[in-house]
Amino acid sequence: MAAIIELDQLEVTLGRKVILNRLSATLTGKSIGLLGPNGAGKSTLINTLLGYYTPTSGTARVLGHDVRKDARALRSLIGFMPENDSFIAHMSGLRFVRMMAELSGLPPAQALERAHEAFYYVGMGEQRYRPIGGYSLGMRQMAKLAQAIVHGPRLVILDEPTNGLDPAARKRMIQLVKEIRAQEGTHLLVSSHLLRDVEECCDQVLILKDGRLAAFCDLEQERSANQHIFDIELAHNAGAFVEALAARGYQSAWSGNGRVRAVLPGSPEPLDLFALAAAQGTRIRSLERRRDSLEDLFLKAME
Amino acid sequence: MAVYNRSYQRYEGPLTKANTRFLALARYTWEEMRASRLLTPVLYVGFLWPLVCILGIYLNHNLDALRALQVNMSELFAIDTNFFYVFLSVQSTISFFVAALAGPGRISPDLSNRGLSTLLARPISRTDYVLGRMLPLVALLSCITWVPGLLLVAQQTSLAGTEWLGVNWRIPLALVVGGLLWVGLLSLLAMALSAWVRWKPVAGGAMFMIFFVGAGFGALLNQLLEMRWGHLLNVRTLMATVWAWLMEGQATGGAGFGLFYVFEQQEIPVWSAFLALAVMVAACVRLLAKRIQGAEVVR
Repeated sequence: MAAIIELDQLEVTLGRKVILNRLSATLTGKSIGLLGPNGAGKSTLINTLLGYYTPTSGTARVLGHDVRKDARALRSLIGFMPENDSFIAHMSGLRFVRMMAELSGLPPAQALERAHEAFYYVGMGEQRYRPIGGYSLGMRQMAKLAQAIVHGPRLVILDEPTNGLDPAARKRMIQLVKEIRAQEGTHLLVSSHLLRDVEECCDQVLILKDGRLAAFCDLEQERSANQHIFDIELAHNAGAFVEALAARGYQSAWSGNGRVRAVLPGSPEPLDLFALAAAQGTRIRSLERRRDSLEDLFLKAME
Repeated sequence: MAVYNRSYQRYEGPLTKANTRFLALARYTWEEMRASRLLTPVLYVGFLWPLVCILGIYLNHNLDALRALQVNMSELFAIDTNFFYVFLSVQSTISFFVAALAGPGRISPDLSNRGLSTLLARPISRTDYVLGRMLPLVALLSCITWVPGLLLVAQQTSLAGTEWLGVNWRIPLALVVGGLLWVGLLSLLAMALSAWVRWKPVAGGAMFMIFFVGAGFGALLNQLLEMRWGHLLNVRTLMATVWAWLMEGQATGGAGFGLFYVFEQQEIPVWSAFLALAVMVAACVRLLAKRIQGAEVVR
């Protein structure tokens, strides 16, 4: 798969402080999550990818373009939704988004058509003629998304897309992000503090810490690697259940309070476990397919 | 994508040329400027004096009309450098008011809600951005100053013959070069003030301060220190000096008209006027660059 973002010993220094310290990674995912605590260098990385900051050393390539040499060409391929409010208050949403489309190279008629479509797509068709200054926080987030996708970019960079959204709006935003991800030839880079958002939207995650690469993981691989582990809670007689598992050659661990973690090879069927428990005169209260959550991965990376 | 079909589609259609995209921004700026209610009457005033001048040149060459009006030929004005000094001074004064009205609101709205960072995340450079915001103002001020001036020269040439142009070839040169210099300085100053001063009336007021308080301070320095270099702070005198040099090949005292004139016996060298104007332009560019560069990235 062609690399979307290639970082090779990328170093960015602002003033005298090294913000990004020799980052190397090749990101190929449809949707890439960018995680890290405050001050980890997430925003600096995004700004570098947009060509605002010049790397002190090393290289960064986005969609095959060097950020140092081809910043202009690069920006026509990228749609950027910034974290903070970034709009011209007196302009109507439609006019603002249309102007953004025109600045990205769309002819005026097509820009107008795409601006209308973008507003309908983000669910703000009725509000598109209102000045952006009068929008609520959630509406501004959606307007920011509209301006980021209006020109049909190949890479959409979303910086904290669910910031300030209520649960319903958050759900809508996540749904939109998933739909954009599903579009052929469109890739996403999502920076968020909310691990749940990244977990839902992304298939690769880059975790930064103090400007360094703390972890890089392929969430799909992580998920498939853990799919044979089950966390089981039994009503009673857990010892007999563990012995029965061992007799079948399954690995298991018993924590002593009715909880058992079992590793089942092959293609395990949860129903077999219920049958096994019944044979031992007990019953399963809860059964959960174990997978390392992004939180686990994140905490490991922060250690 | 139809509006009823809410699914995301990539854009695969034609694109405009990369180096002309700033014109899109210029078009939006122009539409915003046109929406100003105060600007329209000031613009009408800006076209009044050129109409009077057109009529004056026409009458100057129409003996039948002069006889009908019973006007004494000797009382008539000549179409020479003084005529164009008056024209340029009147139009430059009006263009100053237009710039003070229309200029200050151009950049500040982009900065107040960090809209600039979104604009510059598009494939346009900072120079493109400034050009896009400034071009409509430059065009508007040009339409008030040197463009009608050239029309007057063309009218005079067509009525008086090419011999007149041969003798007065410096006049169109002075109109274009001097006019563009004035328009460029005004526009850059308006942009720089718009970038640094959020409120339009305050930014407009700051323009008046620079043009009139600077001149007063310069005159005070001249009085106190018995010198003439204080006029370097007087933008109007600097412009008059440059115009006079362009029109006559020298900037003698008394040249100019209205607010734009060269002080008698206090002339400053032409090179120093050019230098002072260059410093002002450089300062405006530096101020603009600093402000825009600072607002480019949202931290």
